[in-house]
Amino acid sequence: MCLALPALVLARLDGEQAQIDLGGVRKTVSLALVPEAREGDYVIVHVGHAIGLLDPEEAERTLALFAELERGRE
Amino acid sequence: MKYVDEFRSAQLAQRIAARIAAEVQPDRRYAFMEFCGGHTHAIARHGVSALLPAAVRMIHGPGCPVCVLPIGRIDQAIHLALERGAIVATYGDTLRVPASAVAAAPARRPAAPLSLMKAKALGGDIRMVYSPADALKLAREHADREVVFFAIGFETTTPPTALLIRQAAAEGLRNLSVLCCHVLTPSAITHILESAEVRQWGTVPIDGFVGPAHVSVVIGSAPYEHFAVEHAKPVVIAGFEPLDVMQAVLMLVRQVNQGRSEVENEFSRAVTREGNRTAQALVAEVFEPRERFEWRGLGEVPAGALKIRPAYAQFDAERRFGLTYRPVPDHKQCECGAILRGVKRPTDCKLFGTLCTPGNPMGPCMVSSEGACAAHYAYGRFKDIEVVVAT
Repeated sequence: MCLALPALVLARLDGEQAQIDLGGVRKTVSLALVPEAREGDYVIVHVGHAIGLLDPEEAERTLALFAELERGRE
Repeated sequence: MKYVDEFRSAQLAQRIAARIAAEVQPDRRYAFMEFCGGHTHAIARHGVSALLPAAVRMIHGPGCPVCVLPIGRIDQAIHLALERGAIVATYGDTLRVPASAVAAAPARRPAAPLSLMKAKALGGDIRMVYSPADALKLAREHADREVVFFAIGFETTTPPTALLIRQAAAEGLRNLSVLCCHVLTPSAITHILESAEVRQWGTVPIDGFVGPAHVSVVIGSAPYEHFAVEHAKPVVIAGFEPLDVMQAVLMLVRQVNQGRSEVENEFSRAVTREGNRTAQALVAEVFEPRERFEWRGLGEVPAGALKIRPAYAQFDAERRFGLTYRPVPDHKQCECGAILRGVKRPTDCKLFGTLCTPGNPMGPCMVSSEGACAAHYAYGRFKDIEVVVAT
């Protein structure tokens, strides 16, 4: 039920709306809960609303953590 | 899909699994509860439990809002559609959940239990919506009809409902109301450890919690801090992808080994300590805690749910239609109460896979694909059958 998907903000539209790309599917969602989102940002979309921003640096850091684990074993 | 595929690498999962196996202490057993249905589903679907060493056991918690939605609440929604002529807008998740038959007037009351889907077949105007914004649209398009949004969900789903109510107020919509069944995560986690039923069911020691992903995007990691200290239980907030869950288990194993009980955040790409302040402010403006609200399988959870504030009373379907809540007990042999607390496993229940299946769920854990029983039924039940070589 809490499922939400990362989506790329393509364009901000009127009325706190935005066009997003959700793995190739384009949709209009509300940015009312994440007013700071800009074009090019990744947002987490749930029931037609962006509920949070994705931090690309933190994502890289988490992935690097997994990768370090990999190196550690080799 | 970016931010999804990279967190599903089978090769990396094997590496993390090896790390966990290496760090698990030989004389120790670890029981971790993943609170969220999203995690339960990810663990079952991606075979995470098969990658964990035997010493680590995952207990599937009650964090699926469809599962814990009590039958009496669905009865209220069916009643509004069948007997009060309202258009009931709801997420698809609630449509198939079996309720009882009492919501229909005696003259047309069927022998078998109703669901929202069956009520629709009886003529109830029930609309599946993707977003609360769709309910708003329905209300605008049907100014002569009452439109009720049947709102369920945890903190993730509550802010969009708050936006709906605020927008309806701004537009002066007089025909829209909300049947509010929003529930709260931290109080339910506390309840699992403290409730009186713990005595009834017995309890398994839970060594730590995998904390919610998207709920925490909204509420932040701070609300769990008090809990980690008070109950001396580690909490690791994790994303919903399999590598996230594996990494969280590794972090929990480390905390247990080192005797720490802290809140750690594996899902740092989306969760901050403060959470989404805009969403929190909006929810606080529209909703307030409810003193009494039943969770299916857990009973009444103190301060475990929200209701609409008096300032927005005209949008509260319970007040508008004078609804009273009538609890409906589950099947006597249903073991969900014990399963949700980790005392029993789905296969310990006599009803599992026989009377109770995803097509005909009898108890909360079978109701949605995120429930412990439904996840095991869909992805795990054949693992229980011993492989025998044909002779």
